[in-house]
Amino acid sequence: MRDMIVSELSQATHEVVQEFAHLLPRLLVMLIIVCAGWLVAYLVKAMLRSALRLLKFDRLSEDAGAAQLLNKAALPSSTELLSRLVFWVVLLGFVLLGINALGVIALGEDISRFFLFLPRLFVAVLILFFGMFASSFFSRAALLAAVNANLRSPRMLSYSARVVIVLLAVSMAFEELGIAENTILAAFSIVFGALMLGLAIAFGMGGRDLARQFLDRRFAEERVPAKKEDELSPL
Amino acid sequence: MAEESILSDELVRHLISVGEVDLLVGVPTYNDARTVGHVVQVVRAGLLKYFPRERAAILNADGGSQDETPGLVQAASISDARNPAALRSLRTLHSISTRYFGNPSRATALHTIIAAADLLQAKACAVIAPESSNIEPEWIDRLLRPVCRQDIDFVTPLYRRHKFEGMLVTNLLYPMTRAIYGWRIREPYPAEFAFSGRFGSHLVGHEMWREEACRAGAEICFTIAAMAGSFRLHQSFLGPKGHLEQSSPDLVPAMRQTVGTLFWSLDQYFTTWSASTETKGVPTLGAEYEFMMESVRVNRERLYQMFRTGVAELEPVLASILSRATLDELKHSAALDEQQFQYGDELWVKTIYEFAASYQRSVINRDHIIQALVPLYRGRTCTFLLQNREASEPEVEQHIENLCLTFERLKPYLLELWQGRKGGS
Repeated sequence: MRDMIVSELSQATHEVVQEFAHLLPRLLVMLIIVCAGWLVAYLVKAMLRSALRLLKFDRLSEDAGAAQLLNKAALPSSTELLSRLVFWVVLLGFVLLGINALGVIALGEDISRFFLFLPRLFVAVLILFFGMFASSFFSRAALLAAVNANLRSPRMLSYSARVVIVLLAVSMAFEELGIAENTILAAFSIVFGALMLGLAIAFGMGGRDLARQFLDRRFAEERVPAKKEDELSPL
Repeated sequence: MAEESILSDELVRHLISVGEVDLLVGVPTYNDARTVGHVVQVVRAGLLKYFPRERAAILNADGGSQDETPGLVQAASISDARNPAALRSLRTLHSISTRYFGNPSRATALHTIIAAADLLQAKACAVIAPESSNIEPEWIDRLLRPVCRQDIDFVTPLYRRHKFEGMLVTNLLYPMTRAIYGWRIREPYPAEFAFSGRFGSHLVGHEMWREEACRAGAEICFTIAAMAGSFRLHQSFLGPKGHLEQSSPDLVPAMRQTVGTLFWSLDQYFTTWSASTETKGVPTLGAEYEFMMESVRVNRERLYQMFRTGVAELEPVLASILSRATLDELKHSAALDEQQFQYGDELWVKTIYEFAASYQRSVINRDHIIQALVPLYRGRTCTFLLQNREASEPEVEQHIENLCLTFERLKPYLLELWQGRKGGS
């Protein structure tokens, strides 16, 4: 009995030692991959940060209105944030590669799914950024045009333009990520449709005269424009 | 090389058949049937009367008019109905009408005329606006004579205007170009002008034609190129400006064509204007200024309200363009009621210089910067109207002169902003 226990124990110990001996080089490989990954991620971060500074990315992000959002959320500048994001994505990629090198079969599928997800994540971030940029640009353009045309509620027009574009960008980003595609699409359609219907009704109810004047100006026969009393030539 | 790309083969053939000329008069047109026939007849009369011995040609550069403009130009070119029998040229007076490439654009039309003048080796070339309804034959003489007889390179016009007409010129373009480039040219955005063959050759291959900002306001670009390039300048008094019957140009496009181009030029000619410290007068033929003083109805309250609305609604945009101090002063002005409202010279000049510096740094989209200036300009015109409501001709001129001097005095402030020593925003 005693011999059997000793034999079983020694066999188990032998197997553990063998397993460990088998795992040790893989563990070392993983460590090397992670260390190399850290180095690569650090270099990529430094290079990206320099490139973004050279391209004045912070200015672009200010134009897009993203800088103000980050500021309000007490986050670092866009350049710093993007560099750090890329650092962690690269490092995480190497860590997963290292784990893959351990040969744990169950993790392999998840790791490959993560790598397939990366480009979509990148595209979604890009869509969001350009969405923010476009919303800032067009809302400011709407504000300026409304003020210079002496329209009422210019800020509301500007805000509406911003909301519509941000909604569009967010729904596109979610669709790209494959998160709640149908819900987001339906929500966007409802909000956008309601907004347009509301504007159409508001214009129909309150802007009949304006519409008539516009169509008159656009399609009526050429006529000598009436001179407004304060229409002095600026040039 | 430049003229080869802008002139069509057909036009080049036509110009070659004309041969060298001494004088060329260009008329850029696009749907100007209402006035162009009269303008061409007067140009023709002017050439026959004042330059009978010179080889001359009239070139109409048309942007594809849908009305009868090119036909009317041709008809006016061969009609002698308005010309007395004494007006006979000793040489053939050629008339050419051409449709230039691309979309209707005043810059392309002017480029075509300048390239044609260069190809024809014209000693002098005048450009006449097709909507100048009260043009006189003397205009041709007053524009071309200084170039032909006095070796002048660029002649700009002086007009007899109503004291409240052209307030963008009197409150911004004239004082600012004068302070920056050092030459007292009253009409830096001339509808009519003349230039020498030397200046035409300088312009024809200029990089300005590739710059969108410059193409938008080609005329002010010519004036700035002449001032910055040490060309010989001259002004000629032409009489009343005859564009009042036309509808006034919209303010936003007018600002883009003039102020946008002026701001853009500051970057291009920095080394020239930063070294210029004094202003010089320009030789002038005729009166330096004449104002019409009759009263006009102007809705000042509307201008004031648009200024107030602009300052209130555009505050976030203005905050990215102006310094805190200037914005606070503007907000303070906007808070006053109409009777007390005052957009003074110094605040106006600081506003303009900070806008120019922000334009250079592109703090936001450049076109948005120009658009954001429109309500502030309305506020300034409101003050100008109030200031000069009862003013006599010399008083109006004195107010304009005071503004010019403020622009000149604060030029170092612009330089500081330019070199980043003071934060505009």
